Amino acid sequence: MYPFTYHRPASLDDAKARLSASEDGRPLAGGMSLLPTMRFRLTSCADLVDLNGIEALAGIERGDGHVRIGAMTRHAAVVESPEVGEAIPALAALAGSIGDVQVRNRGTIGGSICFADPAADYPAGLLGLGATVNTDRRAIAADDFFTGLYETALEDGEIVVSVDFPVPARAGWAKFGNQASRFAVVAVMVSLSGGSVRLAVTGARSHVFRVPEMEQALAGDFSAEAMDGIAVSSEGLNEDLHADKDYRAHLIGVMAKRAVRDALAQ
Amino acid sequence: MERETISVTVNGRAYERAVEPRRLLSDFLREDLRLTGTHVGCEHGVCGSCTVMMDGVTARSCLTFAVMADGAEIETIEGLGSVEAMHPVQQAFWEKHGLQCGFCTPGMLMTAVELLKANPDPSVDDIRDAISGNLCRCTGYQTIVESIQYAAKLMREDGP
Ligand code: FES
Ligand code: FES
Repeated sequence: MYPFTYHRPASLDDAKARLSASEDGRPLAGGMSLLPTMRFRLTSCADLVDLNGIEALAGIERGDGHVRIGAMTRHAAVVESPEVGEAIPALAALAGSIGDVQVRNRGTIGGSICFADPAADYPAGLLGLGATVNTDRRAIAADDFFTGLYETALEDGEIVVSVDFPVPARAGWAKFGNQASRFAVVAVMVSLSGGSVRLAVTGARSHVFRVPEMEQALAGDFSAEAMDGIAVSSEGLNEDLHADKDYRAHLIGVMAKRAVRDALAQ
Repeated sequence: MERETISVTVNGRAYERAVEPRRLLSDFLREDLRLTGTHVGCEHGVCGSCTVMMDGVTARSCLTFAVMADGAEIETIEGLGSVEAMHPVQQAFWEKHGLQCGFCTPGMLMTAVELLKANPDPSVDDIRDAISGNLCRCTGYQTIVESIQYAAKLMREDGP
């Protein structure tokens, strides 16, 4: 690993100041993805700004019609949160399906969405539930946040502060995880709110995406059968040693149906 | 690169050391403190052999910088029990052959301790789910699962 200077600010303002003072600074959240990539020398930075000391960034609040999750909230805290469990059980299920217990104890929602791994779970949660990302300077809709492979709409030095999830009438989560890593081969979050449907897929492309044909079918009839006959093209889907693109296309259909059934069961 | 001075409590004992920021907690424990009970298998967050407790919950010490543990309470396998006075989880692994080469064992034990704290009577599925982040290349997991079930029984009978 390349050396770096370590910063542990106690406030968001201090973190911002240290990031903007650095030519090559990077925030550190749980470290579950950043540390391995630094170890492999796939990434490096001059200044690492550790956000773990900023208490205000962690926590879960039930607001008016939404649940707000602080950027430094660990996955385990989302799994155990009564607010999330009651308002959006599918989100608690998503958090519980991430990695393993050691990862859930340390990994954070902010870290996951900023790293924007193509097979990460939270991006589907944000897009499928229509969440809003609050940063130190603006609010970004999930639809605009994920822009490419490990790419987000964040500017240099911009820090995610929290994520607001609107409480849906129903939502469901279904994941086909890799058996060893538990990263999503394909996973789907679907939600229904006031007649409109969002269905987001992770693991299948460079970054998370919605499937409009499925959403339209579900808006008329929110049932797994409503998607019968809708095939997702395998063009542009990921291929790796775990699954080729045709298999992933097939899995999108299967996981979408399971997600709808999960939503209906709640 | 400039060193940072950190204070860490490990198994109840306070240590103060100057470390390079890129020093992993696993290397800090093994090489700076000479607590070699914590094992390092993959060094990139896959095998779980480096699992320790950090402020009461398990963490992979190879995915944590030592500087991040400044002010934290760490528990390692050395703090669990001794040959004379084994922790029930150690007793159970010993009696039920929960290890062969022993490489994965420190991490398995720490993970099992965390599981049994939250769930004193886990099902086989609960156990398999809890140890899913810990790889074992010897046992085929069967005896590990049996050991954790037996440890749960010992702990229910004797209290923690
Ligand atoms: S050595 Fe840490 S997970 Fe393998
Ligand atoms: S006992 Fe050898 S790796 Fe588990």
